[in-house]
Amino acid sequence: MQTATEIGTNHSGMDISPAAEEMLENTELTEPPSGDERSLAKLRGEYASQAEPVGTLPQAEASLILLMDKLGERLAFERSGTRLYDALMVKCKAAGAKIPMKELQHIRDEEAMHFALCGAAIQSLGGDPTEQTPCADVAGVEGMGLMQVLTDPRTTLAQCLHAILVAEMTDNAAWEELIELTQPTGNGDLVARFQKAQENEADHLEKVRAWYKEATMNGG
Amino acid sequence: MKGILQEKGVPLDKQRLTWRDMVQKPISKLDDDAYTRVRIILMNGIELEASRFSHAAARMNPPALQRLLADVRILEQHQATLINWLIGPDHSPLETTIAYEQVAIDITAAVAMREPDEYLAQVYRFGLLEDFDHLYRYSALLDRLEGKDANNILQSYTDILPGRPTIDHHRAPQDNLRKPYDRKSAAPLSKLHALTIMAAEQQTHNFYMNIGPMYADPVARQLYAEIASVEEEHITQYESIIDPEESWLEKWVLHEVGEVYNYYGCMQQESNPRVKAIWERFCDYELGHLQVALEAFQKFEKRDPEEILPEELPEPIPQASQREFVRETLANEADLRANGTEIVDKKKENKASLQYRKEVNADGSPSETVSAGYRWAPGSELKLKVA
Repeated sequence: MQTATEIGTNHSGMDISPAAEEMLENTELTEPPSGDERSLAKLRGEYASQAEPVGTLPQAEASLILLMDKLGERLAFERSGTRLYDALMVKCKAAGAKIPMKELQHIRDEEAMHFALCGAAIQSLGGDPTEQTPCADVAGVEGMGLMQVLTDPRTTLAQCLHAILVAEMTDNAAWEELIELTQPTGNGDLVARFQKAQENEADHLEKVRAWYKEATMNGG
Repeated sequence: MKGILQEKGVPLDKQRLTWRDMVQKPISKLDDDAYTRVRIILMNGIELEASRFSHAAARMNPPALQRLLADVRILEQHQATLINWLIGPDHSPLETTIAYEQVAIDITAAVAMREPDEYLAQVYRFGLLEDFDHLYRYSALLDRLEGKDANNILQSYTDILPGRPTIDHHRAPQDNLRKPYDRKSAAPLSKLHALTIMAAEQQTHNFYMNIGPMYADPVARQLYAEIASVEEEHITQYESIIDPEESWLEKWVLHEVGEVYNYYGCMQQESNPRVKAIWERFCDYELGHLQVALEAFQKFEKRDPEEILPEELPEPIPQASQREFVRETLANEADLRANGTEIVDKKKENKASLQYRKEVNADGSPSETVSAGYRWAPGSELKLKVA
């Protein structure tokens, strides 16, 4: 597999094209329709004003709606996180990377534990962990690009670790938020478990940053 | 290209593709020449038209012929898969859209330039200026929605300029039908051109209909809705130039000849050696399919293939930049419109089309909105100076 970015025949820029001069004439030759980007903003605004939400929560106490939605988001994100690490382990193996496989497996297992923790928390608060909440759905949309990067056989280890870094930074911020949202429920046990999860995530982030830096400096 | 149609190619029972064959390494969006991607999109369209045609034929013909069509169709399915899966996953659907329009512009232009029938050439130039405008509208969307430069895909081969404005492409259905060529007197090249462009437009329509709803942005969803509707009109136009008096089997033979012709053209012009080998392999496969179609033609219709086969295949359709021809056509023909089967001056446009257009554009025009004030510039806003 590709382990580093190399010099080659990239055709996407203008300097390499013998037809660049003719292409440049386009700017002057264009007689555009009147108006500007505000036309797009206006149309988008009209749709936004009439939009319905991506979905709803079926049943929850009013005071728990936000927390349940966010727990659903964390549950979905952590489960997808295990898949990102599965893909990263395949990538590391193919690249002959120096990153210890057991450390990656450990992080992967912690992501799975966090998933289980969210599921148990949702149940303890009277919710249904099999339900896909609106925030879970939207987090899935966010993650689509990350998964594309991790599963593309052509991407380098450093490119994949960059994607993982995005996921871990989000994860850290999200656990912090979850703790803040749980504190008002007075459930000290849950808060303590979430704090432990946040510590794990801080550890993941530190490791991923270091691996990313090393892979990048090594040309990947 | 003398004699190629006399070759037998690879027999059907030797044409096997594993899933691994079908899912090969994709091309590089960045490093491969834009025309490698153009060929991939074109040939995927050709294969999918072969499949759609074969299904339609199967529904209208007896079991003995259904069996032969099925034998060939599963192979075309696998060929289409291999070809379409060569598009790399780092293309956003909108970047692939830019490439689809590059196909529609540069291949249609090449066809219009070489078409021996003046009426058909006019029809191609008419469609060309509409696809040309679509490229401008999609380039504006790519820039304004994703912050990307369409020229990374086009590689400076194809202009990004307004053509005949998309807002004016919407016509009453009767103004999208054209006159067919005569199967008995039309040049073989005319038949090959019509099948090729119809196939390309049909796949463009399918593609827009599939990816349009994948966008979150309402501007993008509207633009795809609008342009997909024009592609539907284009399929109507291009299928109507083909003689409906050709029998099912005659059409099947012509489809197979068209596939041979287009793979041969790709083989001749491909710059990526790995992809070139695919075109060579599939050209041989198509010669094998042609044998099956010819045997069926003789068996079921009791007709001599020489009656419909060209003595030799015409020179391939050039797969290259047609900037000068497109600019010239734009300067002379942007103001043409359709009235029934005729291409006429704007002033003579059919009232039914004017009324239809007024109705579909009543809530605003997506293509005008997306490109309001838009001029393509290299690297998008690279012209901005650092403060």
